[in-house]
Amino acid sequence: MSGKLFKAKAGKTSLTNTENDATMPEIRKTSRIKLLNKNKYLYALIALPVVYYIIFHYAPMYGIIVSFKDYNIVKGIMGSPWAGFKWYEKFLADPYFWKVVRNTFLLSLYNIAWGFPFPIIIALLLNEVRNRKFKKAIQSVTYLPHFISTVVVCGMLVSVLSSDGLVNNIIAGLGGERIQFLMYPEYFRTIYIISEVWQKAGWTSIIYLAALTGIDSSILDAATIDGANRMQRIRHVTLPAITPTIATLLIMDLGKMMNLGYEKVLLLYNGSTMETADIIATYVYRRGILQNSFSYATAVGLFQTVVGVVLLVMANQISKKLSETSLW
Amino acid sequence: MEKQHKKLISRTGNALFDIVTYVILTVLGFITLYPMWYILIVSVSSAQHINLGDISFWPRGLNFEAYKIVFENEKIWRAYANTILYTVSGTALQVILTAMCAYPLSRPDFYGRRILSIFTTLTMFISGGMIPLYLVIMNLHMINTIWAIILPPAISTYNMIVMRTSFQAIPHSLAESAYLDGANDIQIFAKIILPLSKAILATMTLFYAVAHWNSFFPAMLYLNDQAKYPVQVLMRDIIISGDMTGDTGDVTGSLNIVATNYKYAVIIISMIPILFVYPFLQKHFTKGVLLGAVKG
Repeated sequence: MSGKLFKAKAGKTSLTNTENDATMPEIRKTSRIKLLNKNKYLYALIALPVVYYIIFHYAPMYGIIVSFKDYNIVKGIMGSPWAGFKWYEKFLADPYFWKVVRNTFLLSLYNIAWGFPFPIIIALLLNEVRNRKFKKAIQSVTYLPHFISTVVVCGMLVSVLSSDGLVNNIIAGLGGERIQFLMYPEYFRTIYIISEVWQKAGWTSIIYLAALTGIDSSILDAATIDGANRMQRIRHVTLPAITPTIATLLIMDLGKMMNLGYEKVLLLYNGSTMETADIIATYVYRRGILQNSFSYATAVGLFQTVVGVVLLVMANQISKKLSETSLW
Repeated sequence: MEKQHKKLISRTGNALFDIVTYVILTVLGFITLYPMWYILIVSVSSAQHINLGDISFWPRGLNFEAYKIVFENEKIWRAYANTILYTVSGTALQVILTAMCAYPLSRPDFYGRRILSIFTTLTMFISGGMIPLYLVIMNLHMINTIWAIILPPAISTYNMIVMRTSFQAIPHSLAESAYLDGANDIQIFAKIILPLSKAILATMTLFYAVAHWNSFFPAMLYLNDQAKYPVQVLMRDIIISGDMTGDTGDVTGSLNIVATNYKYAVIIISMIPILFVYPFLQKHFTKGVLLGAVKG
C-alpha cells in the first residue's frame, strides 16, 4: 500500500457531504424525511452490510466485556459475574506474558529489519532492466510465492528442513552434521524471516516499481548529461525520488508490528521452540480456544489491540509530519 | 583522445552494471522458483532416489505412484470439494455484499454517508479480537457449519473502499438520466453500475477467491468435523503433522513410494488451481494494488 493510496483513501473518507452539512441548520424535519425517503433504496442496499458489521465486528467489540467478567459458557456474557480487573492484573503479573510480548516485538523487528530492504533492491534492479521479456519473467516468478498458502509454505519448510530434507542433504554433502532446524529455538526467527522474505519481497516491490515509473525522465537525462553514471543516478536521483514512499512504508510497517502473521507461527512452532516462537496471538489462541480461559485470553487480546492501535496512530502522526501522507 | 577514453570506460562500466543486474535478478528468480521446482521433481521421483537424497534438478526414476495414491484417497477429494464449496459460495457472498455496501457510500447525495463511512472504516483499526469473535460465532450456533467459514469475512473493508473509489469514477449523470426514465436506485445499481464495473468485480472476485482457497485458520478454529475440512486444513494434518491415513488405512503401504512423495504430491495438487489462474491473478492483483495509488 503506497503513501499515495493512503492519501487517496483519506481524501475519500473525509469527502462527505460538506454541502449538506453547511445547510443542516435550515433543514427541518420534513426535508430530513424527504432525504430519507429519496435515499430509501440506497438504505435497502446497505442494510445487510450494516447488519454484517454489527454482528461480526461490533458485537465482538462489545464482547470484550467478558475480560472484565468471570465468563462462564453456561451463564453467558450477561449472566457471568463481574471480575473487575482481575484478569488484567493476572496477565500483567505473569512473567510468561512478558516473554511473549518480547517475542512478538523481536520477531516483528527482525522481520522488518531483514525483510524491508529486499523489495526496494528488487525494484531498483528491475527498473534498470531494459529487456522487457526478462523483466516480465522475473516479475512473474518473484510475485508467485505471494499466492501460495501459508500451509503450503510451512509444509515446504518442514520438508526442506527435515533431517532428510534438501538443506540437510546439502549440509551432509559438504561434510557437515545434519541439524533438526525446527527443534531449536535459536533457529526459529531466522526460518520465519527467510520464509517471509521469500514469500513477500517480490510482491512488495510492485509499489516501489510504481513509484519508480513516476520519476520524471528529464531529470535522469539531465544527470546523464552532467556525467553521472548509472550507479550515481540511482544514488542521487532514483533513490531520493522514492524516499517518501520508503519512509511511509517503513513507518506503516512499524505501526503494524503487533499484527504479525501468526498463522505461520502456529504451523511451525512446537514444544521445544516456544522459548522464541510463542507470540501474543498464539498465546491468546492456546489460552482461549484450547484451554477455554476465555476471559483471560480476551484480556490479553485487548492488550494487543490497544498497543496495536497506539502504534498505528503514532506511525500515522510521524508519517504525516515527514511526508504529508497518512492513513486518515 | 581523452574524451574517447572516458567514453570507453563508461561503456564498459555500463556493460558491467548490466551484467551484475541480470545476474542478481536471475539468482533471485532461481531462489524463488527452486523450492517449488524441488517439490515437484521429488513428488515424481522414485523412493530409492529420495532415500539416497541425490535429486537436485531433474526427477530421478520417474514415478507417478504418489499421485495415483493421492487421487485414490477419498479424504482428499472430500476436502477439495469442501474448499470449492467454501470458495464459490464465500466469494459470491463477499462480492455481492461488498458491492451493496460500496455503492451507497460512493454516492455523494447519500444522506448518512459520513456516519456510515466512519462506521465501516473504524473496523479496520479496532476489533474485538479472536476470542470475542469466537464467542459470537459460538452463540450463533455456527461452530462446525459452513456459516462460520463464509460469513465472518463477508466484507473486507479495504476491498470495499477500493470498490467505492471505483464506483465514484462512474459519472453521476448516468444515474440522473436513469431517474428521469423512472428507475430507482436498486435498478440503477443492478443495471447500470454493476455492468460498468466488470473489471473491478473481476479483481474483487479474484482477491476474495484466492483468500478463501488459501485460508486455513478459520477452518481450523471453527470446524471440528474432519469431513468438513477444506484442503488447507487437511494438508496441515498430512504435511506438518504427518498424518498418513486414508479412509482405507495407511496410504504409504505401497512399496514404491515414501511419505515424502505423498506429501509433495499433495502440495502440488493443492497449488495447481492457483497456478492455472496465475496469469489472471498477476494482472488483476497488480492492478488492485495500484488502484488507489494511481488515483492519488
